[in-house]
Amino acid sequence: MPAEPTAATLSEAAVAVDAVPRRGWRLPRFPLVVIGLFVAVAVVAPLLGLPDPTAQALRDRFRPPAWQEAGSWTHPLGTDRLGRDLLSRIVWGARVSLAAGVLTVLAASAFGAAVGLTAGYYGGRVDAVLMRVTDATMSFPVILLALILAVTVGPSFANVVTAIAVILWARYARVIRGQVLTLMQLDFVAQARIAGAGPWRIITRHLLPNTLGTLLVLVTLQIGYVIIVEASLSFLGAGIPPPTPAWGSMIAEGRDFVTSAWWVSLFPGLAILLVVLAFNLLGDWLRDTFDPKLRQL
Amino acid sequence: MSGSPPSRPVIDVRDLRTHLVTRWGTVKAVDGVSFAVAEGETLGLVGESGSGKSMTCLSLLRLVPRPAARILGGQVWLDGEDLLAKSEAEMRKIRGRRIAMILQDPMSSLNPVFSIGMQMREAIGLYHGLRGRGLAARAAELLAAVRIPSPAERLRAFPHQLSGGMRQRVVGAMAIAAPPRLLIADEPTTSLDLTIQAQYLGLLEELQERHRLALVFVTHNLGIVARICDRVAVMYAGRIVEMGPVRRLFTRPAHPYSRALLESIPRLGARAARLTAIEGQPPDLARLPAGCAFAPRCASVMERCRVEAPPETVVEAGHVTRCWLEAPGAGATAAGPP
Repeated sequence: MPAEPTAATLSEAAVAVDAVPRRGWRLPRFPLVVIGLFVAVAVVAPLLGLPDPTAQALRDRFRPPAWQEAGSWTHPLGTDRLGRDLLSRIVWGARVSLAAGVLTVLAASAFGAAVGLTAGYYGGRVDAVLMRVTDATMSFPVILLALILAVTVGPSFANVVTAIAVILWARYARVIRGQVLTLMQLDFVAQARIAGAGPWRIITRHLLPNTLGTLLVLVTLQIGYVIIVEASLSFLGAGIPPPTPAWGSMIAEGRDFVTSAWWVSLFPGLAILLVVLAFNLLGDWLRDTFDPKLRQL
Repeated sequence: MSGSPPSRPVIDVRDLRTHLVTRWGTVKAVDGVSFAVAEGETLGLVGESGSGKSMTCLSLLRLVPRPAARILGGQVWLDGEDLLAKSEAEMRKIRGRRIAMILQDPMSSLNPVFSIGMQMREAIGLYHGLRGRGLAARAAELLAAVRIPSPAERLRAFPHQLSGGMRQRVVGAMAIAAPPRLLIADEPTTSLDLTIQAQYLGLLEELQERHRLALVFVTHNLGIVARICDRVAVMYAGRIVEMGPVRRLFTRPAHPYSRALLESIPRLGARAARLTAIEGQPPDLARLPAGCAFAPRCASVMERCRVEAPPETVVEAGHVTRCWLEAPGAGATAAGPP
């Protein structure tokens, strides 16, 4: 029976509409918890009372995780080939991976954004030159550059960060330049010029703030990517040199013993998986929240 | 009147030429435009899209789109200083402070990521070097001047929270922050509702009155011209084809193009004659015909119009046109140096 819309039902409908939650900020719990946990643990690593991650104890080598028969709670995740505590190495490795990810991405995004803003603002010949340099940079494989650096200068944390950042900025330059081109068509940029603003003021006050959402999304997504690249480099021996614990080199060290001591490679692998997944999920969420137009990133 | 003689213009543009170099050839967007506007006076700049109105205005501010457009010649005198001879740094000090401009689209003329207050404070701070509380007070005062209700609260609003009319008022408030000597309004009411349009025009008139602004009002709406302008300049293909007092030009247009424009708008209470459209298309500015640019569409075209561009002719004091019909010795075949 079709109900007559009475005052009562109408007001009920109004209430129902009000009850629908507004498109809100439902924070993504999983990524925030995982990232928060890893960051917190990495920051306070020296205070956790863990065994020295580089201390060798050859009598304790290849101890399985605590829940296995031969395991003990002195080494909750077991030990590696040299008897070093895996949990401790993963915690200290988190410092390396997160620091590499954040530093690299910060350097790359700052430089890339500067290039993108300049190219998009000035256009013409400046744009053409900068974008060709960007294209050339993008076509250069990161791993190859890092290997060259590792072979010629020697592997180090600084070299890893440099090698990745030197290539990674190009992506920021491209995306930001594209966005600036759209912004330049809008009247508020023209209006700023009419009001007497110079290039510096327009770029910093009008263009940059309007690209911050995109930058934030890109930065978050790229941290995961950089962690993977750093791990790959360390795996190949071109990354962070031993004995500093790095997740990539830990996997590499356990490679020969996967059948007998699977935990040596598995746990650092899981750490990479969790952190990268968390950053990617957070990036996706940021993108959907701030700028759904960025689907292709 | 503030001391200076009423005859001395605020802005005096002489033989301004701005060309655009494109793939299809050189477009003479502004081709020998001259006009002057005095303190407290309103000049309407009328013409079809692409007739060079906006390019003329941008040329006054030296903000033509680079690198395609270039100001090739002429003079732009602002209170006795030639702007075309200024350096870019000097121009930056003139923009906003002495010449302000309001653009057409209120939806995009404010920065979406900053509050109204921040944007206004930036502009005012730039002009007056004010800081802190004085700055906020001045911003609220300006919003009140453009009749925005509860200005102090509005300062905290973001552009998307305001309607188009409101935003255009905010842009207006920022434009008079200095206050400038010359205000250029480039079709500021085109995207507003009719009632809001009327209010906004009233507001512009009031601001002009208060600050004795010279006002250049760009529009293709002759109704608005009749309402707020003192004089009107009709542009066609980068040139001013006729300029004169509004009343005179509306009652006795000298140029066939102005006449056609006036006949194409309906008038309340006029005899029920058919509205006439202007035949043909606006000319391709990259391939202008020799002679008068309007000749291909002109109802009273003559042999001479296709060969030779008509000179500026004074029809009456203050009323000039570029048409062979009004030229002295009209009807005679080509005379003068080739």
